[in-house]
Amino acid sequence: MNGHFIILLGLVLTVLLIATGAAQLLKRRAGADNLTIQNLTARINAWWVMVAIMAIAFLAGTAGVVILFAICSFAALREFLTLTNTAAADHWALAAAVFIVLPLQYLSVGMGWYGFYSIFIPVYAFLLMPILSTLHGQSKNFLIRVSEAQWALMIAVFCVSHVPALLSLNIPGYEGKNLFLIFFLIVVVQSSDVLQYVWGKLLGCRKIAPTLSPSKTLEGLVGGVISASLLGAALFWITPFSVLQAFALSLVITLMGFFGGLVMSAIKRDRGVKDWGHLIAGHGGFIDRLDSVIFSAPIFFHIVRFYWDLH
Amino acid sequence: MNLASRITAALIVGFARAVTAVRGVWEGIAPVQEQRIYFANHNSHGDFVLIWTVLPPDLRLRARPVAGADYWLTSKLKSFIGRDVFNAVLIDRNPETRNVDPMAQMSAALKGGDSLILFPEGTRNTGQSPLLPFKSGLFHLATANPEIDMVPVWIENLNRVMPKGALVPIPLICTVTFGAAMRLEADEDKANFLARAESALVALNPERKN
Repeated sequence: MNGHFIILLGLVLTVLLIATGAAQLLKRRAGADNLTIQNLTARINAWWVMVAIMAIAFLAGTAGVVILFAICSFAALREFLTLTNTAAADHWALAAAVFIVLPLQYLSVGMGWYGFYSIFIPVYAFLLMPILSTLHGQSKNFLIRVSEAQWALMIAVFCVSHVPALLSLNIPGYEGKNLFLIFFLIVVVQSSDVLQYVWGKLLGCRKIAPTLSPSKTLEGLVGGVISASLLGAALFWITPFSVLQAFALSLVITLMGFFGGLVMSAIKRDRGVKDWGHLIAGHGGFIDRLDSVIFSAPIFFHIVRFYWDLH
Repeated sequence: MNLASRITAALIVGFARAVTAVRGVWEGIAPVQEQRIYFANHNSHGDFVLIWTVLPPDLRLRARPVAGADYWLTSKLKSFIGRDVFNAVLIDRNPETRNVDPMAQMSAALKGGDSLILFPEGTRNTGQSPLLPFKSGLFHLATANPEIDMVPVWIENLNRVMPKGALVPIPLICTVTFGAAMRLEADEDKANFLARAESALVALNPERKN
């Protein structure tokens, strides 16, 4: 476990060093005031910080990872609720979402209580939040308000919490190694985002969704998904999967990640914003960075649980 | 500032950041140390805290809010925060009971080199209109201090974080937008100046821009 951890950390740091070096070379060639290069540098610098925080959370074990993703959920929920039509009449429902639902979800994930965390938000929060919203007696935009509040919880809390939930899977012969499932998921999905960006910048010409996300191209999608899935296959040795299984799962999660990005882009376009927030320099908000993980984590969790977990 | 005030200030700023991830947008003016009169829309008791949070620390130390003594002197905690932490210029809003002229208090603070933060609506706006009509204090300040820049500051979303009567805040992202500085023009009368100040402030509202 520790040996693997050090090897993986070394690999990630090597990639970051190469990226930083390449960005410096580009900066020298294109000039320091090139906006694309400035954004690239900001993105890479933010990656150093994100990798450092992830590494610390991994070293702290289950509690560290659960707390890290609870904080991510809080930041994502804050971003999502900002763009909704929720009104003062929903105050109690929203307060409950942030200060009761979110902590209970992560508490049950930390306890590994599958029977609770897999239904708490889709069943209990889904039914109880609109009841709280009726207490004010205000019917204006009611369906819009309660739907948006439920969407906010599903996206920012339920889906995100399926990353640390991977720690509670019980896979024979893989005991104590579940952190590597999280590493696998995040590295494959995030490198797919990065590789889609790189392939798109190198070869991209056919726009794939011009009205939703003009920067996404077919060349970027195919190149990114295939190369990230090959990376996933190459990481099979840290997973309970065979090479082929690792490749197939990577294909599923990178495609989910791509379409997740598209869905979240559609929401941003509708609300007239470019980014969900501003806290991660170069990337935007937490949801901008997490959108692909949000859409892939629950699917990855359930496939692994269905085929590999003892239950 | 003494240690207790510093710690309290850091806690208040940290809490404001956690709930609102507030961001300062310096649209019309740069965040540099110059004497200014900031005037902002007023929806919530936390308005001043958000402006304070986005000001760089050296500006923050010299920026004093103008606030109602009737609110800030009603308890020991409030008066500690109002006086010692925020270093507020506490004015008596009731012309019948007061024995100090608020204009004199504000002028004294400006003479000392500090900047002021004030809410010219005079009270919290809890209705649907974006702004309440400005009180005349802003005009009198501009007349008495024609050489000091007046900067409109729009606070967005804080009324959704903490609607009237709410006990807990809802975390939502807030922005504080600083517009271009303005001064009283030659032969500009009170009504024209206040109308110009109101429209300069409303123009910063992001909802107006979309």
